[in-house]
Amino acid sequence: MTDTMTEISHTDHDNNGQALVQLKDLHVWYELKKFGFSHAGYVRAVDNVSFDLNYGEAIACVGESGCGKSSLMKTILGLNIPTKGDVIFDGASLTHTKGEDLRRYRSKIGYIQQDPFGALPPFMNVERILEEPLIINGVKDKEERRRRIEKILEEVKLTPIAEVLPKFPHMLSGGQQQRVVIARAMIMEPKLLVADEPVSMLDASVRVEVLRLLRKLQETHNLAVLYITHDLSTVRYFSEYIFVMYAGEIVEFARMDDLLDDSKHPYTHALLEASSDPNADNALVQREIPKGEPPSLVNPPTGCRFHPRCPQFMPGICDVKAPPNIEVSPKHLVACWLYDENRGHAF
Amino acid sequence: MEKKNELVLKVRNLRLYFNTRGGPVQAVDGVDFDLRKNEATVIIGESGCGKSSLAKAILRLLPRNAGLYDGEIWLHDVNIMNMDAETYRKEIRWKRISMVPQAAMNALNPVMKIGDQVAEPAMIHMNMNKEEATKSAVRMMEHVGVPVDFLHRYSFELSGGMRQRSALAMALVTLPDVVILDEPTSALDVLTQASIMNLMKRMKTELETSFILITHDIATSSELADNVAVMYAGQVVEVSDARRFFTKPLHPYSHALMASVPRLRETIEPEFITGQPPSLLNPPTGCRFKDRCPKRFEKCDEEPPTVLVDGDRKVKCWLYA
Repeated sequence: MTDTMTEISHTDHDNNGQALVQLKDLHVWYELKKFGFSHAGYVRAVDNVSFDLNYGEAIACVGESGCGKSSLMKTILGLNIPTKGDVIFDGASLTHTKGEDLRRYRSKIGYIQQDPFGALPPFMNVERILEEPLIINGVKDKEERRRRIEKILEEVKLTPIAEVLPKFPHMLSGGQQQRVVIARAMIMEPKLLVADEPVSMLDASVRVEVLRLLRKLQETHNLAVLYITHDLSTVRYFSEYIFVMYAGEIVEFARMDDLLDDSKHPYTHALLEASSDPNADNALVQREIPKGEPPSLVNPPTGCRFHPRCPQFMPGICDVKAPPNIEVSPKHLVACWLYDENRGHAF
Repeated sequence: MEKKNELVLKVRNLRLYFNTRGGPVQAVDGVDFDLRKNEATVIIGESGCGKSSLAKAILRLLPRNAGLYDGEIWLHDVNIMNMDAETYRKEIRWKRISMVPQAAMNALNPVMKIGDQVAEPAMIHMNMNKEEATKSAVRMMEHVGVPVDFLHRYSFELSGGMRQRSALAMALVTLPDVVILDEPTSALDVLTQASIMNLMKRMKTELETSFILITHDIATSSELADNVAVMYAGQVVEVSDARRFFTKPLHPYSHALMASVPRLRETIEPEFITGQPPSLLNPPTGCRFKDRCPKRFEKCDEEPPTVLVDGDRKVKCWLYA
């Protein structure tokens, strides 16, 4: 049994022996206020999350809306301040990074938004959109900027470049818009790419093309990627590791194939059961879906947060104490009492 | 051949063009499909293929720039295209054919209680008084799984799934023959989506209702489909029963679409379709898919016929002619 997910250590570390991103015991709580000033509790959006992301590795984060995955993402992007715990990026602690350093920190992380049309300013053309981050980050030479823009457009396959540059976002198709967003995220040559549902707004025929592009970028630039999604069917083609979040906590962490083929946590089971492959037999069966809805994060259930909906709920255990992280097989961790042989003696 | 359910809706050669400064946009161009009782026909297509315009054309909810609008829509044995606007409004819209609009969860009126919203169609279209309408609203909300005490809540107090269920209750409260669902689950979470699909499977048999499900999500569409119609660039290119469609699609476009779906339980590498759908302003002559089709040959420059394959499957492609 290990205490935190951090202890899944990987062998392929960078030369200084450290992972690119280390999340240590991260808590992100939002304070609720009554009448605008007196304290009225916290929304515990991210609670005790720890994991490592190595150089050049892709990790997928799966969860439903409201499970805290956006809060987690925003914290890594440097937009939220952790309530407790820390994010260590490239050896530096985020909590103590401020001002100019924070700006430099953000330039090392690329961010791909979910809705490309909403993410692109409608009044800027492609050239201006891609030039902006370079100007902000102090690339003063106009020639140099132009060269980098052309290089990145070539890489995301937005060609012919001369035709694309003067276009405004509304003149591009959905897939092309998403390529501009990817190019913008990549232009500062980041070490980490945070992709928030990058293909969910795209058509089926374009989706695969964009996924492949992301994978190619990851390989050629040795990028670390945090791929956030609620759609389990796209993760198989993308990442080595995957973790599942529920109500602010990580409930299962494993290698991609281990999790998809041999899931342990009842919540992961439910997610897999609910995702369908195209098959005419689907229309004949009623799927088993856990009753109810995710809990409020202001007052989460005691013990395991999934227990009110869990089909394998064990009274007296699950609702009393939060389950530990149990290593069911190498690099496969699950936070569930079902897999603890000593659960009877834990109290 | 097993016995087929009674035909509820028959659409023949339906066309809806929009007038724009650049000329007519052929959003729906000669669409044919059938819908049987207690069944669901799924209209699959990518964005911009005209599938939402098709829903508007069936419900006659036309925007101001609608141009050419003709064809036949047979509801049982009446051609509803021949009705004048007032009769259509009184007799058909919402009473016989209703709709759950796209992003229905955000389409609810924020300043009206859920119960009143669900009851409203019954009052307007069925001439019920407030009391009767509320009663049938309660009955329908129980059916779709919205707790009755939500009657007095506002839409912002409900979760996405509950809002979607309320929108469905609104469409079903008049007990229509046909309900058009336009991307009913695309904005929902996986678990909510699956439970809404469960609900619709139940509704299909419990109520005497048929569904037209409009979607771009092929995997989810298979949860409800009895029949499938694939749309491409304003035209229906394939009509088939779901069983044979999901195992062996006929049209090259259907093929490519199926191959592009990432699978959860199989390790097939998905493929993408190169190129983009043509503009509907000046669609190419002949087959509209020819520029992206891997099986293109000389014939494709001519308008492809609709061919019957395997008895009753229809495909608009020269390969089968």
